[in-house]
Amino acid sequence: MKIAIASGKGGTGKTTIATNLAYYIAQSGENVQYIDCDVEEPNGHIFLKPKIEEKDTVTVGVPDVDLKKCNMCGKCAEFCQYNAIACLKNNILVFEELCHSCGGCMMICPCGAMCEKQRAIGVAEFGVAGNIKFGHGKLNVGAIQTPALIKYVKKKANINGVVVIDVPPGTSCPVIEAIKNVNFVVLVTEPTPFGLNDLELAVGMVRTIGIPFGVAINRCDIGDGRVVAYCKEERIDILLEIPHNRKIAENYSNGNMILQIMPELNEKFETLYNLINRQINV
Amino acid sequence: MKEVIVISGKGGTGKTSITAAFASLAQNAVIADCDVDAADLHLILEPDITTENNFSGGKTAVINTDKCIGCGKCANLCRFDAIHLDAKATGGGKKFSIDPISCEGCKVCVEFCPVRAIDFKDALNGKWFISKTRFGPMVHAKLGIAEENSGKLVCLIRQKAKEIAKEQNKDLIIVDGSPGIGCPVIASITGADLVIVVTEPTLSGKHDLDRVVDLTSNFGIKTAVCINKADINPEITEQIVEQAGKRNVKVIGKIAYDESFTKAQILKAAITEYTGGFIAGEIKKIWQEIIYNLG
Repeated sequence: MKIAIASGKGGTGKTTIATNLAYYIAQSGENVQYIDCDVEEPNGHIFLKPKIEEKDTVTVGVPDVDLKKCNMCGKCAEFCQYNAIACLKNNILVFEELCHSCGGCMMICPCGAMCEKQRAIGVAEFGVAGNIKFGHGKLNVGAIQTPALIKYVKKKANINGVVVIDVPPGTSCPVIEAIKNVNFVVLVTEPTPFGLNDLELAVGMVRTIGIPFGVAINRCDIGDGRVVAYCKEERIDILLEIPHNRKIAENYSNGNMILQIMPELNEKFETLYNLINRQINV
Repeated sequence: MKEVIVISGKGGTGKTSITAAFASLAQNAVIADCDVDAADLHLILEPDITTENNFSGGKTAVINTDKCIGCGKCANLCRFDAIHLDAKATGGGKKFSIDPISCEGCKVCVEFCPVRAIDFKDALNGKWFISKTRFGPMVHAKLGIAEENSGKLVCLIRQKAKEIAKEQNKDLIIVDGSPGIGCPVIASITGADLVIVVTEPTLSGKHDLDRVVDLTSNFGIKTAVCINKADINPEITEQIVEQAGKRNVKVIGKIAYDESFTKAQILKAAITEYTGGFIAGEIKKIWQEIIYNLG
């Protein structure tokens, strides 16, 4: 079973909920893995403090031109939809950072002058944090192939138990890649105008893809009642509400797990997990 | 004309609230919201839209089922796993269809279909707007649901903001960027005069700041840091100041945690409009630092 923790707006508490849900599931004796797919800014490791046992360099294929075979016909540059190839008088320039690795230039080249070489875009690391299995991706600074790295990290998340996926913020391609093929999405928000606006975008996204979902409201007592009203109107279940608490904020700032500091919150995560299970099994 | 971009690395640090305050303080600026993935600045600025345009960031492939012979070559060639057997297709025989969400518009299937059964159409990825606001002209956008190409949309918005600045003799562009360090962030900072990173004193904030400063130094862009909610963890605030000093990045201000930010947001006001108190004074000082650093 794969559960994705996502949010339109950043900084609403995705990582807090994802790490603590994984922690709760592990405490209750189940086999669980936490996978951080926020590969541009992964933070889960700060809280779970995993021991890394395996590190893979993740690469994507980019074209490599053999100028001896090339006849400078320019078909590759003309074909590329991402402007990643320029054909000059007697040279071919490849802008690797723009390449989407579609392989089109290699197929279109009439001279067989293009082959594929690998370009590193980041690393994927796997290990354990107590009885939680851990995995995350770290995108290289300057790389833009966020979805490719997410895909790799997810592919390796191959256990029989529960997988909790920490999703990057937003609603575009990296998010789509992270929530693809999951069983359930928890959308984390806060009861503010920004939180509501971005929740509406996120709801539109999960509905388009067609994955069952529910909402978690963090700092539920700041702001106004419009998020709750919206959820009621749209018949969206609110699975978890965590009040604002300076103690939580301070512990978060130091990288502490809130369930370790405030075991009284255990019940809330138990309810969250039960509600997710019930909805998946409907 | 100068361009200042506000980004954050980590989300939820207060980037957009602070950008709205800067917009209220700027005398002669164009405002651009480049956080196209989850745009919020319009909730404070309440733009009055004067021009609305479609945004097409690329093309998308669509199989014409009448022509498809079901050979499956397209599905074999597609590197994005976007093409599958269409179970719902009628008319007999195997047919394939393309998932528009997975399609990256690379054209491989279009080119190599043996019966030319695949069309290559302009994708409608979103809309972009030119608006009037109480703080000046604004360029902003709405990316379609589950759409991509946000980097291209960011470039387009910055371009339009520059054109408007030229037309209307504005000497400054204020850009609200997106979280992270990926494609939309790179598209929003390249060639900018100054990047302001709004961070918070948490281990996550500090970690993400470090990565985002790696990115701005990679591109050689002058960067300054503003620490929001600085009193949540004074120790980490100090660490951030120290770390910034070592990297030649100036910390231009610290803002204490303040519930006025949420209250202002609910009233659709910039924090500087909501209160004339201490917080507003601090943000004014930061804005003066920004003007000074822009030269």
